[in-house]
Amino acid sequence: MRNYENVIYAYIIMLLLIICVGLFQSWSIALTILNYCLISAVMTIGANIQWGYAGLINFGIMGYTALGGLAVVLVSVDPVKKAWQVGGLNILGSIWIIVAIVFITRFILKRFEKSLIRNYSIAFLIIAGVILIRVTATPGIEAIESVDPAVSGFLGGMGLPVLMSWIIGALLAGALAFIVGKIALGLRADYLAIATLLIAEIIVSIIKHEEWLARGVKNVIGLKRPAPYEVELQKTQWFRDFIEKIYSNKLELINTIAQKKIVLNQLIIDASSIFVKLCFTSLFLSVVIILLIVTQKALYSPWGRKMRAIRDNEEAASAMGKNIVKEHLFIFILGSAIVGLAGAMMVTNDGLFTPGSYRPMRYTFVIWVMVIVGGTGNNFGAILGGFVVWFLWVEAAPISLFLIDLFTAHLPETNMIRSHLVESAPYFRFLLIGIGLLLIMRYRPQGIIPEKIIKQ
Amino acid sequence: MDFLNAIILLFNFTVIPALAYGSQLALGAIFVTLIYAVLRFANFATGDMMSFGTMFAVILTYYFQSLGIGLGVLPTALLTIPFAILMMILYMLIIDKFVFSYYRVKKSPPVQFAMVSVGVMFVTQAIIRIIIGPSDRRFLDGEKFIIKATEFKEMTGLAEGITLKSTQAITITVTLIVVSIMFWFLNRTKTGTSMRAYSDNEDLALLSGIDPKRVVLITWVIAGILATIGGVLYGLDKSYRPFVYFNNMLPIFAAAIVGGIGNPYGAFFGGYVIAFAEILLTYSYKKFVAYLLPSSLEPNSLMQLLSTDYKFVVSFSILVIVLLIRPSGIFKGKTI
Repeated sequence: MRNYENVIYAYIIMLLLIICVGLFQSWSIALTILNYCLISAVMTIGANIQWGYAGLINFGIMGYTALGGLAVVLVSVDPVKKAWQVGGLNILGSIWIIVAIVFITRFILKRFEKSLIRNYSIAFLIIAGVILIRVTATPGIEAIESVDPAVSGFLGGMGLPVLMSWIIGALLAGALAFIVGKIALGLRADYLAIATLLIAEIIVSIIKHEEWLARGVKNVIGLKRPAPYEVELQKTQWFRDFIEKIYSNKLELINTIAQKKIVLNQLIIDASSIFVKLCFTSLFLSVVIILLIVTQKALYSPWGRKMRAIRDNEEAASAMGKNIVKEHLFIFILGSAIVGLAGAMMVTNDGLFTPGSYRPMRYTFVIWVMVIVGGTGNNFGAILGGFVVWFLWVEAAPISLFLIDLFTAHLPETNMIRSHLVESAPYFRFLLIGIGLLLIMRYRPQGIIPEKIIKQ
Repeated sequence: MDFLNAIILLFNFTVIPALAYGSQLALGAIFVTLIYAVLRFANFATGDMMSFGTMFAVILTYYFQSLGIGLGVLPTALLTIPFAILMMILYMLIIDKFVFSYYRVKKSPPVQFAMVSVGVMFVTQAIIRIIIGPSDRRFLDGEKFIIKATEFKEMTGLAEGITLKSTQAITITVTLIVVSIMFWFLNRTKTGTSMRAYSDNEDLALLSGIDPKRVVLITWVIAGILATIGGVLYGLDKSYRPFVYFNNMLPIFAAAIVGGIGNPYGAFFGGYVIAFAEILLTYSYKKFVAYLLPSSLEPNSLMQLLSTDYKFVVSFSILVIVLLIRPSGIFKGKTI
């Protein structure tokens, strides 16, 4: 039980920190941080499955996150009928061409011996295919993008409930991971890192530049949510009564009715935003808890022992008759699917899809820092890492601003160094995260909560 | 005449920019590959280290300009390169002493090194942004063009002109000089040979009395020179912006792997492969074809294989293809 005590203390400290933010800054900010912490926790569970369970280094987290986000748009947005009419056929046609190219390439690869002619014919096939796709798709894309370019200009989605998109996001990310895994999993560890990093970059630039798909850098706003909208909540009677009841003591102190009404309205507006965030929190928390239970069960199942065996000694596991390639592929798909789910959750939480904001710094490397800091191979550790690092990432700027003020208090406001430091306060988060990572790697390489093997 | 015009057109819009961009990539790729061969890890802080060196060149350029020191027609930045290199090497050695050497002594697996270099990347990015800020900076001065399109047209009487920016000429010449000195050093000097021996087989090299500390030191020195020069040349040609330098790490990695990681010749070659592929595949051939074909067959479309938005995608796809067909790269990798 001693080990569990440490875990519980770590989580309590983390919760206290978030409560501190609520007390000193505002509850709304605290809940936003908590929601993002939970989303990060899902991402770290995914990354931890790949890295901690199987030792696969996946620097392509950004790509799967973006794909999960794309799923929200494709599933929940209502279809743009006009766009489908003007350009749907061209798009479907080009998709069929892509499928055909893939199958013909596979056929050639299987049917013919390895030779120069085979390579050239595949290259020729792909180039011809790209030209054919451009010829078919270009008029369609132009037509679609000219349908109300200010608000739509894309094909839209399927108009399904938004929670469906979480599953679809996971499936899409898993499908991508299957392709990437087939291509890259045979590579040495650091090659794999570079290859996945670059493939994620390809995915994001496709999402960014194919405006018929999800408006690209023009962003999709006003996505559906699984929680009520603030404005509607403020009009609902039971919510108004509820708030009035909670704050009845405070309201009684105010004398005039007009004054009372103004105060009450303000309270309701504040409370509605907190209520919506709490809805999201409970949704995210249930996802995290379900994932945690499942991954914990998996970790201590025969399957988990097999994965650890493969991670620790591939050759021995292979000698015992385990199919390493297959297991690696499976775990790669599983981890990526969870990351895709997190991507969908994040876009749902934001209510908007901004492909331009997907950058490897924020969506790959920070997530990796979370896994390393928290504790590789331990789900509790990975989740804690997600909480700690995200908290630091958000709160680094206010903290560093406070410290800068403290240390430069003796300098006048107009001092060049002081104003320069205040200006660059947002960048101290990189410094903090970087130094934190280096210190953890050096002095506690197993993370805050290390992996522990229960002997059975 | 039309044929000549077509060739000039292609030369102006693809060959010259690709040669300049390829040189910048090649310097970065040799930097990656050297670190990989001698110190045995993929350095994810590559782009930011290049940015770090360039930052000093930018600051010193502004300082020299305020003092009125310059090189006349040449950009002042060339004068600042030696100082920037010194700062860069100093920074790299400090990082190596406090971060990398620990893992080298412990013989950590390459993955751990890669994660540590991610930490270094974070710290370097923070330092750069705190010192100089994230904004876009131009620090090119002196003569902008060597040949202007209009002058070329007047001289030759052709319909198409060649524009040669001074930065492009400087980039190509400086790269050729630096790279040839480096290859000479690696192949002909005793220190270079000892570096290659260390890269080939560490234990055997130690046995024959090669001082590992010295090899590591020399590697960082060469790496600092390459990183700074590559970064400054890129900044002169385009502009200096920390975020762009971080992103440049990706095509640089692609170049190093395509050429065969660990092999400097491969990296040098890979830089140009990536640059030419990016530019040739995203260039619009409409005007070029129009010159070659009779006017009745003139194409309506842009004749572009991929839109320029997909510049990076081209280089990454090449990398994926190379990894699939020939994981060791075009030249056999992993020795210098």
